Amino acid sequence: MSASINPALQPLASQPSVFATLRRVIFDRPATIFALVVVILFVLVAALAPLIAPYDPLAQSILDVNKPPSAAHPVGTDQFGRDVLSRLVYGSRNSLILGFVSPVLAAILGTFLGVVAGYFGGFVDRIVSRIIDLLLAFPELLLAILIAAVLGGGFWNVVAVLTVAFTPGFARVARASTLAVKQEPYIEAAVAVGLRTPMIILRHVVPNIAAPIVVLTTLWIASAIRLEASLSFLGIGTQPPNPSWGNIIRDGLNNLFGSPWPIIGAGALITLVVLAFNLLGDAVRDALDPEASR
Amino acid sequence: MTPLIRAENLGKTFGASGGWFGGASDQVRAVDGVTFDVEAGETLALVGESGCGKSTLGRLLLRLIDPTDGTVRFEGQDVTRLSSAEMRLMRQRMQIIFQDPFGSLSPRRTIGQIIGEPLEIFGLARGRQARRDRVAQLLDQVGLPPAYMDRLPRQFSGGQRQRVGIARAIAVNPAFIVADEPVSALDVSIQAQIINLMQDLQRDAGFSYLFIAHDLAVVRHIADRVAVMYLGRIVEVGPKRLIYDAPQHPYTQALLSAAPEPEVDTISRRIILRGDVPSPSNIPPGCSFHTRCPIAQEICRQDRPPLAQVAPGQLAACHFARPNPIPVADAA
Amino acid sequence: MTQDLLRLSDVTVEFGPPKRPVRVVEGVSFSVGKGESVGLVGESGSGKSVTSLAIMRLIGGRVAKGRIEFEGRNLLDLPASAMPAIRGRDIAMIFQEPMSSLNPLMTVGDQVAEALLLHGWHDRTARRKRTVEMLDLVGIPNAEGRLGAYPHQFSGGMRQRVMIAMAVACEPKLLIADEPTTALDVTIQAQVLDLMKKVRRELGMAILLISHDLGVIADVCERVVVMYAGRVVEEADIRTILTRPQHPYTQGLLRSVPRRSHEAERLYQIPGSVPPAGSIRQGCPFRDRCELAVPRCAEEMPPMFRFGPSQSAACWVTAAAKGASQAGAAA
Repeated sequence: MSASINPALQPLASQPSVFATLRRVIFDRPATIFALVVVILFVLVAALAPLIAPYDPLAQSILDVNKPPSAAHPVGTDQFGRDVLSRLVYGSRNSLILGFVSPVLAAILGTFLGVVAGYFGGFVDRIVSRIIDLLLAFPELLLAILIAAVLGGGFWNVVAVLTVAFTPGFARVARASTLAVKQEPYIEAAVAVGLRTPMIILRHVVPNIAAPIVVLTTLWIASAIRLEASLSFLGIGTQPPNPSWGNIIRDGLNNLFGSPWPIIGAGALITLVVLAFNLLGDAVRDALDPEASR
Repeated sequence: MTPLIRAENLGKTFGASGGWFGGASDQVRAVDGVTFDVEAGETLALVGESGCGKSTLGRLLLRLIDPTDGTVRFEGQDVTRLSSAEMRLMRQRMQIIFQDPFGSLSPRRTIGQIIGEPLEIFGLARGRQARRDRVAQLLDQVGLPPAYMDRLPRQFSGGQRQRVGIARAIAVNPAFIVADEPVSALDVSIQAQIINLMQDLQRDAGFSYLFIAHDLAVVRHIADRVAVMYLGRIVEVGPKRLIYDAPQHPYTQALLSAAPEPEVDTISRRIILRGDVPSPSNIPPGCSFHTRCPIAQEICRQDRPPLAQVAPGQLAACHFARPNPIPVADAA
Repeated sequence: MTQDLLRLSDVTVEFGPPKRPVRVVEGVSFSVGKGESVGLVGESGSGKSVTSLAIMRLIGGRVAKGRIEFEGRNLLDLPASAMPAIRGRDIAMIFQEPMSSLNPLMTVGDQVAEALLLHGWHDRTARRKRTVEMLDLVGIPNAEGRLGAYPHQFSGGMRQRVMIAMAVACEPKLLIADEPTTALDVTIQAQVLDLMKKVRRELGMAILLISHDLGVIADVCERVVVMYAGRVVEEADIRTILTRPQHPYTQGLLRSVPRRSHEAERLYQIPGSVPPAGSIRQGCPFRDRCELAVPRCAEEMPPMFRFGPSQSAACWVTAAAKGASQAGAAA
């Protein structure tokens, strides 16, 4: 046997690849498959909106006001005679873009702040931590309304608002994870071999705090979609006549007894997509957690 | 001839006093006024119980922790005064092997990347292929198949990981390596493999070890000289033979006699010390060992004995230093 | 011969699904006499801790085969509800980490007293007196005054003393100590080992000491059982093991640790690594690392061969060389 020649040699433990783990976590649970299908459909519909929507979402028709579902209008029409399905399909674009852009921007910004605060500690940490605490003291929605009141409404303002609202959450998780990772001997080992601090952070800290950040991002995507709807509902987000799920509900509410279909359609979609992202977040967390992947 | 390393009056106090919220000052004097040399090519073992400051002392020499007072001269140059850029360059000359073979390797980097990192930093093997070749050579040197280069640390056993850690330390051809309890986390049958490897590498490359350990049998095997620490101070230092056969500090004597050995005749010689090691945040005045010392006198409670020569090359910090100072009658 | 207090015969412990079981302990037999101190030595994955937990019936796995007899009764036949009465009163156990074995929210006095209460010490005053007595016995200074102290107010060595006080409070016939001093410093370890010997002497109980450290075992034990990869590979009195080990693993282990009596420039090294628990299904588990291995070692697990009045070892090669005979079923 080779074992008797080389004292250190032994068969290596077979290592389940990241993809294998991911596959196992995703396909062992029906709920995750469901979530994945919903998310994929959501992205496809948003991307291919012009091809899928049967009508122009802005086109009004006096003749088709407040129609219940029919062959021509599968989810009915609203008080201006606009096709609800088409508005929902186009509305998904705003939800999707906003749902992704803000959490991802917030993840980058928050991770940067959290890692810097956690790694360097001291004065930097005190400043960053106080700002985080201050921002976390406000509910996201309240914070968003506050900022929107100053900046005004509109899509990009909503993006900015949500990014600011989400950043402290990421910063706090990144800071806590960095504090834990910083205690690991491999960080001291990196210092001892003479690696510069920015490289230590990039190579040895960030990859090892990535898991909770990724999970948090997935969960915040769901929140972002929900918050976009809330803000649009309050008239701060996407401005009419452009459709978004939030303002579809707002418009629908004024016309609840004329046609409940816009509210039912948008409400169902928001619930479905938010649920799907939450389930996906759970799955990703389990896939990335080394304890669970054993 | 100047020694490779000379630590002078080196000290470290942890825990800031006062601060914004005041409160009781929780200062811990981890290392206190330590002076010693490490000669080129020798193995100096640093022994003591947990909390005695031996790991902190190792890190002070490498300036992984900044000292509160004192100096460390490496080849005559005071490393405590180097800028951080100069210090980084100095790391090519001084390296460390860690105790924890699981925590000391970055979990998401391959062992090739881990061993290649110092080569990359110091430009020792330029280009990707040259670096891989050098890593392969290093893996071979520590007894691991070069084909394992692209594997992640979690696929390796504790002993194999420790070999990776050793390869990383010797990659830059250092003159000095701090080995912080390098075998204490390993299975007994694996310890001998790593100890032999460390000795072989030292014989070939001629570097010095500061070998931090609590296992006195291992130290007796690997060390040239031994320094014994108690509560942040070196209480005795000298050539291995003298320390083991004729310890002059009562703590050294008790420590050596307390270590259980797989021998038929050990039990009769055991000295059992009373009580616990005092907390490093509340070190007794005078000789810090007097609270547990079987031969302590009034003077020990008042005056701290200096580390003074008691035999050629052997220094001890005890008012009553003499070979095996605790009478055997007390040992019962 | 001393009468057997505890006797394990052919004990096999499995983990995992019954269809694909992982055998962590296989065919382990040994005994502990009344008042005797026996050491169980082995490295990680040797199954020594699992064996000790199996005796207490505290394992997550299954005892698939074998008998564990305590004073002639097979513990494996008893209903689970009968075990708590045996634990503590007949067999007590102490562990490596004294901090996590003590309840941080209960005073030390209450914890020792609780152990007494569970085993029939109903009188409050007598219980308190006994608690002080036990803490005093294990060398807690000012025992009476420290009844109200909490575990975090004690050092590691003191906590292990408290654990010992709890374990021996009901004067068990057997104390199982699983790496009791591994987390302690050398000088404190010496105190605790000394205490264990004293308690054994004064209470006349048997000790089963589990350790990876032959030095610790040599200090406390009269007899040693060596385990490797879930099997017993050698058994002998301590002096014989240290001077004339027969199994190649025991020999290698003793040669690979630096010893005062066998100084060498270079340590002997056993090649390879310790196999993961349950990975070896056939033949001698040590054969891949053994310099003496012959083809037969891969095919058939050697039985225990008798090498002397107190010594037996499971090795085909040394048995053949020394002309040892197979040990009887009574070994």
